[in-house]
Amino acid sequence: MKVRLNNMSHRSLTSSQPASSRANPLFGSTIKDQRITLAHGSGGKAMRDLIQNLLVPTFNNPILEKLEDQATIPLKELLQHGDRLAFTTDSYVVDPLFFPGGNIGELAVNGTVNDLAVSGTRPLFLSCGLVIEEGFSLETLTQIVQSMKHAADGAGVSIVTGDTKVVEKGSADKLFINTAGIGVIREGVSIAATKAQLGDAIITNGFIGDHGVAILLARNELALEANVQSDTQPVHDLVSHMLDVCSHIHCLRDATRGGLATVLNEFASASNVSILIKEPNLPIRESVRGACEILGLDPLYLANEGKIVVAVPSENAHELVDAMRQHPMGKDSAIIGSVKASPAGTVMLSTTFGGTRIVDTLVGDQLPRIC
Amino acid sequence: MKFVDEFRDPHKAQVLLQEIQGLVKRIPICGERPIWIMEVCGGHTHTIFRYGINKMLPKEVEFIHGPGCPVCVLPRGRVDDCVALAERNEVIMTTFGDAMRVTGSKKSLLQAKADGADVRMVYSPLDALNLARVNRDKEVVFFGLGFETTMPSTALTILQASQEGIKNFSIFCNHITIIPTIKAILDSPDLQLDGFLGPGHVSMVIGLEPYTFIANHYRKPITIAGFEPLDILQSVWMVLKQLSERRCEVENQYKRIVPPYGNSQALQAIQEVFELREFFEWRGLGSIDHSGVRVREEFSAFDAEQKFPIPNLKIADPTSCQCGEVLKGVIKPSQCKVFGTACTPQNPLGALMVSTEGACAAYYNYGWIPEEDLYPAKTSV
Repeated sequence: MKVRLNNMSHRSLTSSQPASSRANPLFGSTIKDQRITLAHGSGGKAMRDLIQNLLVPTFNNPILEKLEDQATIPLKELLQHGDRLAFTTDSYVVDPLFFPGGNIGELAVNGTVNDLAVSGTRPLFLSCGLVIEEGFSLETLTQIVQSMKHAADGAGVSIVTGDTKVVEKGSADKLFINTAGIGVIREGVSIAATKAQLGDAIITNGFIGDHGVAILLARNELALEANVQSDTQPVHDLVSHMLDVCSHIHCLRDATRGGLATVLNEFASASNVSILIKEPNLPIRESVRGACEILGLDPLYLANEGKIVVAVPSENAHELVDAMRQHPMGKDSAIIGSVKASPAGTVMLSTTFGGTRIVDTLVGDQLPRIC
Repeated sequence: MKFVDEFRDPHKAQVLLQEIQGLVKRIPICGERPIWIMEVCGGHTHTIFRYGINKMLPKEVEFIHGPGCPVCVLPRGRVDDCVALAERNEVIMTTFGDAMRVTGSKKSLLQAKADGADVRMVYSPLDALNLARVNRDKEVVFFGLGFETTMPSTALTILQASQEGIKNFSIFCNHITIIPTIKAILDSPDLQLDGFLGPGHVSMVIGLEPYTFIANHYRKPITIAGFEPLDILQSVWMVLKQLSERRCEVENQYKRIVPPYGNSQALQAIQEVFELREFFEWRGLGSIDHSGVRVREEFSAFDAEQKFPIPNLKIADPTSCQCGEVLKGVIKPSQCKVFGTACTPQNPLGALMVSTEGACAAYYNYGWIPEEDLYPAKTSV
């Protein structure tokens, strides 16, 4: 039977036990060879050291530093940003942990920030739950936690509460991170997948499929090399910029797992409309196309980590795309399609070749074809 | 993208489509019934639907989707055998991606993996051999399947393993051969066909000669076709041209890949390692004589069927499933009584719904858009 060790939260251990002034074995002269052990999740000294010497100083904010059981956030502060609270959570289990363009830490911050941002939310606070496999390198953990802080600073959010568990070797694959986030929705903004309307233009903010291909290649199982970087980036500032230009965006989602095709199907189905996208208008890098050709994959279904899909009234589309292109997160933005009446609930692609086909939701993962 | 976009040029496609429209008018049966062309290969089916070629052609030309998806025609009993092998403690089962999802009578390899079997996806049998090299305490089995396209790589891997004296590697051989199956289809009494698009990558190995009986005996034109959309259109044009001129020949559109006499080294490797089985069971089509191969006796150390006990049960196709009629072109996928209801890509009942190369999955995923939504005023000849 696998044993999962239930630990206490960061706070409960440390608040009653102030940091030792003695030399700390965890952060002695070198952390290079140090490994996470079950002791780091046991609620004792080792865990306190991990929290006080790594997590608290890295995430570095007054709310976390109080080390209470919960983060306390004054409502007044929230109300400055809008009139509704947005709340989301996501877990990150990527393999490998490091890939061209980023690592799991950045992903865990940007992913949750983006889930908030796409409703027109100003993301403000995140939690950080770490599930660490026994034997994990402390140096790597430090690097990942620092990446989280870097990404949080980039997105203007604070990591204000957290939890750490260490599980026995083999009970988890190296490191899993869960982040939950809260933010505040701008007044007057109402974005939902149900709101796509006939004639709306469909827009995306740049090249699709980069993250999916970067991860596939980083696994080194395919004997393929290509210069593709993950696109992991926070999009809240871009979204805020877009709302300044066009406050009545109908639909907006980030196209992560399942790719562009999945989000478009969600819009088509929730709004009971048809969406027609044009293959020649889709921004796809040559290297991503090449990898997909060789591996028999469809870039429409590849994961992204900083790409949004938008439905807006067609009369606002060009102005919006121009504005998006002015923003660093949207410089390759393009209008990729439009909303039609029928066949309702369906996404169609008009191919560069001149044909038309359905782009359905995937059943499971894309599996490469035999020949 | 170089060497790809050239074969997807929409302007050239329009020229070919115009030519095709002109040709169709000159074919005698035009107007009485559609002209039926079978694309034998699942790769062609995939291209046809992915690029919407079926919807670009004039209404008078219809594709019949043939038996050339090796994943689809695998009978449920063989999948059960493979799952039984995979579930042995000492076995690492290796397979091509889309073979993971095909279901036996109980489960697929993907489900077996979830239940704890060690099943790994590989891109080549050489990857499987490599796993055997680094996991000496395990038995690595490669789920070998496919037509003559993939047969040489399996054969060469066995030769390599034999040369290195690797003891913990074997293949579960389900390789099949296309010619007896085309013949069985042509002999089917309920079949109506006007011509064939021949399988490009199989022909790269076997050459053109094996197809001559189709033209000479059965009097059907056949064009060996490539897999890019322009390849398909040009090949359709070539078949129609033959029909309009009342010729029945084996023509080669895919000359950039297919040499007339095939690949002698690949054929030699196949010959050395494999021999024909008396018969092999096909999902939807039943048993076809001399349509499968097995590992020769001298390489039996690499034959999983010799190395491990195999349940070897025959499992009948579900009675409601009409895969056989679809494979023979008697009905279209959407005319099957369980299409899209009891049989979907989420819960495939029939084999043709399993792989993206299967005709039913292609219809389901890409193909069922109502005509009026696609082309309100579709051109017709």
